[in-house]
Amino acid sequence: MERAFWNIGKGVLTLFVVLGFVFLVAPLLVVIPLSFNAEPYFTFTEGMLRFESEAYSLRWYRSIFESEDWLRAIQNSFFIGIFATVLATVLGTLAAMGLNDPRLPFRKFVSALIISPIVTPIIVVAVSVYFFYTDLGLGQTYLGIILAHAMIGAPYVVITVSATLANFDYTLLRAAASLGANPWTAFRRVQLPIISRGVITGALFAFINSFDEVVIVLFMAGLKQRTIPREMWSGIREEISPTILAVATLLILLVVLVLITVELLKTLGEKNKLSSN
Amino acid sequence: MPNHRNMKSRIRPIGLALPLVAFIVITFLIPLGNMVKESVYDAEVAGALPSTLRLLKDWDGVDLPTEEVFRTLATEIVILQESRALGKIANRVNRVISGTRSVWGKTARRVKDAETDDMTTTMIEIDDRWRDLALWRGIKEAGQRYTPRNFLHAVDLTKDDDGSIVPAERERRVYNTLYIRTLQVAITVTLLSLLIGYPIAYAIAHAPPTLSKILLLCVLVPFWTSLLARATSWIVLLQTQGVVNDALVWFRLVPDEGRLSLIYNMTGTLIAMTQNLLPFAVLPIYAVLSSIPPTYMRAAASLGANPMQAFFRVYWPQSLPGVASGCLLVFILSIGFYITPAIVGGTKGQLISNMIAYHIDNNNWGLAAAISVIVLLSVLLLYVIFDRWVGVDKLKLS
Repeated sequence: MERAFWNIGKGVLTLFVVLGFVFLVAPLLVVIPLSFNAEPYFTFTEGMLRFESEAYSLRWYRSIFESEDWLRAIQNSFFIGIFATVLATVLGTLAAMGLNDPRLPFRKFVSALIISPIVTPIIVVAVSVYFFYTDLGLGQTYLGIILAHAMIGAPYVVITVSATLANFDYTLLRAAASLGANPWTAFRRVQLPIISRGVITGALFAFINSFDEVVIVLFMAGLKQRTIPREMWSGIREEISPTILAVATLLILLVVLVLITVELLKTLGEKNKLSSN
Repeated sequence: MPNHRNMKSRIRPIGLALPLVAFIVITFLIPLGNMVKESVYDAEVAGALPSTLRLLKDWDGVDLPTEEVFRTLATEIVILQESRALGKIANRVNRVISGTRSVWGKTARRVKDAETDDMTTTMIEIDDRWRDLALWRGIKEAGQRYTPRNFLHAVDLTKDDDGSIVPAERERRVYNTLYIRTLQVAITVTLLSLLIGYPIAYAIAHAPPTLSKILLLCVLVPFWTSLLARATSWIVLLQTQGVVNDALVWFRLVPDEGRLSLIYNMTGTLIAMTQNLLPFAVLPIYAVLSSIPPTYMRAAASLGANPMQAFFRVYWPQSLPGVASGCLLVFILSIGFYITPAIVGGTKGQLISNMIAYHIDNNNWGLAAAISVIVLLSVLLLYVIFDRWVGVDKLKLS
């Protein structure tokens, strides 16, 4: 009797968890089939539900690549994303190495400072960046947006690289030094290969972060600098067309690809660790 | 490292951390400080009407200013008109004394060619409002470089004619309602995220390895997916002719003419924000739950606790650091949430951040800055409380 009671409880809880996952994932899943809608509607047509092939089409994907606005947005997103990522990755990796060294003075303070951009509400970050950069003449420039995106991307690099450095065996560097390597060689040939998956993971996160960021872009970008999310913002608010669903699907695909890459890197890292032991 | 004990060994870590520290100071902290300054400092009017303001300093505020003041102002207005800077000044003064924007252009146009010995009468003939002491007080007020005006405005207060602080007129009171609404939304979203997120985190932490990885991916994909893409999906799902309503009608749960309005209102904001922020609750809770040894629960059971007791007396207390981090992150992010309420919130689901963006669009930097400072301070306060209770170093972000 009591057993049955707890089993029912467990069943209800399981159902609740399943519904929670549905709530998280369903919005993403719904967009994907709808982006292949042959009609300019945001809902499933009768034909789609009956899986008729003429109810589906690639017209919204074609319209992305036929639109100058979207093409420019894609170009801008990659351009800004790549430069912001490079800057964030270089600065973030170096800082993580410094932070991981117990000899660094004011370590707690320094790490709080470095993390601060991503724990401040984005609207506040965007407002301050907008005022300051506009005063400096960096409003409506690529440079301004790249600097801002590097600033909010670098903390992710620091976090992921620190995580890999926590397991790094520093005796390896001393071994390299005793074999005659100078610090730069030791870093490049010994430390970097070992922490590289942390660096790549951090870089990927910084890139996605820049790729998706829209509040700063909203304030800072002129017509020339509009990125993909900025274009989606106008699309949703002005004339909503299923092209946006196609773009959203591509963005989801990008995230899935990046996360799978990160997961592979992780597995690879674990294998390396096992074989080196 | 034990064999590095000299001064030189400290230089390496400092040298490594310094570039990023400098970068963040320049690209983030200085702009942040500049924003705080922007909220209390405005030299626009002071710089544009220096002579008039110098003369107004000695003005008693009871009688009409002297002919000299009128004459000086007239000269300065004409100069401003020629350099196309008058509109800005009209806007600034209008923020202090509303309904005075048109006075300036009109006066500038007519006073330019006026040959007169009595500028006072001429200006009053051009526009009667020059007789109004409130306008002069407004000019004097707008001419102050440092001003609490934006902060007063941002909390629905204003200065009356005597300079004492009073509540703003009823129809201009908008901000306090929005702070309260934002707070209510933040609390609701935090509780919902905890309620839905905890079981999800539990499931991921205790599933077999492969399933656990897949489930974690189900949290990470929405976490990293563009907010705009997610907002789009919610429009698709929740609008009147959307997927959810279609399904409800299909199953005859609601009649076709009685479709639910699930979006462009507070419901839409709450649903979409909870889904947007749920991963921020799940991830830190999951991180803590996966470190709780399963033997504890078995021990509790073997000592006679039923599942409920074992959970609340043994498991739950150990998960509290994760719960606290998750709730803090969700709460803080909700307070500054902008994109989602702007898209799915309609007019009833707007939050304080939408007001900040509104004032940026309307070039009222000072007010946007003041509201941002209030948001920033409340977030800082939360971190301080969290640090007292849990310790900020326990905050898990990855």
